[in-house]
Amino acid sequence: MLELDAVRIEQDGFRLAADLAVPRGALVAVIGPSGAGKSTLLGAIAGFVPVADGRILWDGRDIGALAPGARPLSILFQDQNLFPHLTLAENVGLGLHPGLRLTGSDRAQVAEALARTGLSALAGRRPGQVSGGEQGRAALARLLLRRRPLWLLDEPFAALGPALKAEMLDLCAGIAAETGATVLMVSHDPADARRFAPETILVAGGRAEPPRPTAALLADPPPALADYLGQ
Amino acid sequence: MRPFLIAAGLTLATQAMAQTPVLTVYTYDSFVSDWGPGPAVEAAFEAECGCDLRFVAAGDGAALLARLELEGATTDADVVLGLDTNLTGRAAATGLFAPHGLTPALDLPIGWDDPLFLPFDWGHFAFVYDSTKLADPPGSFAALAASDISILIQDPRSSTPGLGLLMWVKAAEGADAAAMWEALADNIVTVTPGWSEAYGMFLEGEADMVLSYTSSPAYHRIAEGDDTKAYAAFAEGHYLQVEVAGKLAATDAPELADAFLAFMLSDGFQAVIPETNWMFPAVTPAGGLPEGFGDPVPAERTLYLPPEEAAAVRDAALAEWRDALAR
Amino acid sequence: MARRAGTLNLAAGAAAAGVGLLTLVPLAAVAWRAGGLPAPGPADWAVLRFTLWQAVLSATLSAGLAVPVARALARRRFAGRGLIITLLGAPFLLPVIVAVLGLVAIFGRAGLMNAGLSALGLPTVSVYGLGGVVLAHVFLNLPLATRLILQGWLSIPSERFRLAESLGMGPAEVRRFLEAPMLAAVMPGAWLAIFLVCLTSFAVALVLGGGPGATTLEVAIYQAFRFEFDLGRAAALALMQAALCLAAVTVAGRAASRPGPGAGLDRAGARVPAGGIWRRAVDTLAIGLATAFLLAPLAAVVVSGLPNVAGLPPAVWAAAGRSLAMALAATGLALALALPLALAAARAEGRGTGWGAIAMLPLAVSPMVVGTGLFLLLRGLAPPAVLALPVTVAVNAAMALPFAFHALLPAARALTADYGRLADSLGMAGLARLRLLTLPRLRRPLGFSAGIAAAFAMGDLGVVALFGDPDRATLPLQLYRLMGAYRMEAAAGAAVLLMALTLGLFWIFDRGGRADA
Repeated sequence: MLELDAVRIEQDGFRLAADLAVPRGALVAVIGPSGAGKSTLLGAIAGFVPVADGRILWDGRDIGALAPGARPLSILFQDQNLFPHLTLAENVGLGLHPGLRLTGSDRAQVAEALARTGLSALAGRRPGQVSGGEQGRAALARLLLRRRPLWLLDEPFAALGPALKAEMLDLCAGIAAETGATVLMVSHDPADARRFAPETILVAGGRAEPPRPTAALLADPPPALADYLGQ
Repeated sequence: MRPFLIAAGLTLATQAMAQTPVLTVYTYDSFVSDWGPGPAVEAAFEAECGCDLRFVAAGDGAALLARLELEGATTDADVVLGLDTNLTGRAAATGLFAPHGLTPALDLPIGWDDPLFLPFDWGHFAFVYDSTKLADPPGSFAALAASDISILIQDPRSSTPGLGLLMWVKAAEGADAAAMWEALADNIVTVTPGWSEAYGMFLEGEADMVLSYTSSPAYHRIAEGDDTKAYAAFAEGHYLQVEVAGKLAATDAPELADAFLAFMLSDGFQAVIPETNWMFPAVTPAGGLPEGFGDPVPAERTLYLPPEEAAAVRDAALAEWRDALAR
Repeated sequence: MARRAGTLNLAAGAAAAGVGLLTLVPLAAVAWRAGGLPAPGPADWAVLRFTLWQAVLSATLSAGLAVPVARALARRRFAGRGLIITLLGAPFLLPVIVAVLGLVAIFGRAGLMNAGLSALGLPTVSVYGLGGVVLAHVFLNLPLATRLILQGWLSIPSERFRLAESLGMGPAEVRRFLEAPMLAAVMPGAWLAIFLVCLTSFAVALVLGGGPGATTLEVAIYQAFRFEFDLGRAAALALMQAALCLAAVTVAGRAASRPGPGAGLDRAGARVPAGGIWRRAVDTLAIGLATAFLLAPLAAVVVSGLPNVAGLPPAVWAAAGRSLAMALAATGLALALALPLALAAARAEGRGTGWGAIAMLPLAVSPMVVGTGLFLLLRGLAPPAVLALPVTVAVNAAMALPFAFHALLPAARALTADYGRLADSLGMAGLARLRLLTLPRLRRPLGFSAGIAAAFAMGDLGVVALFGDPDRATLPLQLYRLMGAYRMEAAAGAAVLLMALTLGLFWIFDRGGRADA
């Protein structure tokens, strides 16, 4: 379980407070107006944004002092999720060993993950030589291999077309379900939240609310969300 | 077992080295270069001393003295070779040198009674020109200043000949030195940091004359068969540079140092000097000077400020030079 | 976040300590030995004014003139472009004395330019004086500025140019939105590097300055050390020089701390748009003039020296081999210093001028004083002659550090901005991060830096003259010895050999950089 215990984030006059818990295996959307702090919230959990006060706990253990790579989570950013000078296979392999020291069985796992995401034929290509959708799949394949229990998705598929995005989300949800991962996914699109996440965290007015059932939240949005949704 | 063997080996090696006494001679770099006197001198002295002669080179004469002053009494040097009479005043004042105790017969244009330093070669500063390009060389500083002949000189702050010229003008003109520098200013193409730059630029035709030595044309005659280089004889005379060596008071090999100083004035050393250092030997070797080396400036046309006097006028002369040439 | 910065800061701290040992510590040793520092007098202030003035002029002209040349080289593709880029680097990499003699052969009183002028019946021009000093400094530093700025151009991802083209941007808009911000980020560093090189100028200032009016601080330090043996004054002047440098680093560092152009996906294809006929003509002119200006003096050196190369004595060849080995060692050391400092500076963005100032220190302190200080510090440890080679390697590496650092910094910034978080999130750290991320992403500037460092180390700086190891002379020292022994022709041959080796080393290391440049 992920717990944000009275967390406060302060950055150049920007403030965000969060006091919430996400149960293991949950698929949770994070929505809210632009600039409300959705990415900041994920950045704080991942260890890139300093926390002014409060604790971040995973299964009861305070992870606030861990380096980003040591936290029990994987994060995908809006872009730059792959290293352009490494092949897709190497990029995926980094999920197993950050120094790419791979054993034979590691390599087999990489091949399996690439096959699972439909990238077998592209294993030797570099990110610049494949499509945006294929880059997204490679990032997912790495997520799969890292086997961290918590995934933070900071709109990694925002640049993709609706059909491709939907495909990615489905793939993601499928893999998450297989591995039992807990997922926090930032989204601009209520349709994404409906499709993917039974529960949603609303970030607005300097606060990240505890997760609520997505359908109910979107059906009866509080004023800040209603403005954002244009209702 | 193994550390012991290594230690034993080291001890043996040290003993082997200790059996051959070592004489450390500090000198300037060009002395020890493959084209300088160093290699021949080392071979000749080691053949008769049964010792290991080690040269340590440090830049030029001024750098040599600077190193010695930095090291002080803890210096490894037994002998310092390559100071000139513009530096010996300061060198003597360090108190690091011991009297040489010799009274050799020297072929020098001046009398020599310095108790600490012995000369090994000497030469006169002069402006060298190419006789195919300059038909009518000037016969004095005044004639040079009045002409539109261009010259290359060296900076007295960084070069031995540059300092020599400073002294030359001071010795020749005395109180009028500042005025002479002002008159010369428009003849000077540029002031180089060292002799090499100026001489190289002169050979490329960058100026009509270059400050060098009266013995410079001998190099071109003897080594290159080129007769076209000559020096302009000045009526007021030419300033003398005497290069000297001295024994350190703190030497741990005083006998060897004495032997080296004596050797320095023998043929084994002196005969090497003309065609390596391109200076006049302090004692003319038995075989005489090499064919084509030319005659030295006669004693009566020699200008020379003894070390104390040179030291006394140096700072004022530099200030005159700087004020006159800083445009 | 703090964890990963720990190892890096440790490496950068070690590098900084190394730089300090090679710069400030020797300076302090000289001051300590002197027993104090005298206050500067009026003559010193005049020297300071001239030093500053010529350095500002030289840096501004070099950096300004480099912009059209770098732009032309970024825009044009033609046969021999790679060769020209390498050759344009030559003046900067040459031993100063060789460069100066080449310049004199072209611009001197008896040089080609004046021969041409008088053939046309025009009055001749004298280079000696402030003009000569600046001319020589532009000659020596225009190539460095061009390369640094060209790196800036090449660091703009092709995606940006494509985006600009797709938006229908003309050259003016491209300049405003893409090139101007890049220049604003790159120019202060290039300007600063040249300013600092010129601040400690010695031989150029003396040969082409025409006389004591063109006395720089370094010349004054020479005088204090050799002529007066006044260590206190030498240290005081060196301290003045270091203070100037740090002030310049702070000012330029503030101006330079702007974001880079952002990441691309390493796609091949359209680079800088080529533009129309007018632009083509301007570019051709810029490349043509720069090539003529920079290569004519080099050609003069080659023409006078080439026939003498084959006949060079064995001692010169031995020295060449020794210099090569030392250059390689110095290159490794220079990169080991520059990389952690550049990465630390990139990571400490905004607060990174401290690392930058440390990387610039070697340019700021007088070589003469550093040599003396090292001598004082080390002579108790081992015989100076034994230390001559290692100290030369260390000092040469330190002298190359500012340039290596500046070549690496923009790429290090981009790397940190674009992939720092990704690497952190994957737990990539230490050697693995170096091998998988840093080295491959920085391949181009690393190659360039290594090339510069190697070339620098070939051109011995004479810092260690005091250490005096007569039996193991370097190639530049042999060159001086040949000149000192009247053997000007052999010296010209040695100069060509030195130039060829220097350029060869630079070319080999820089190849990685030129592969997609």
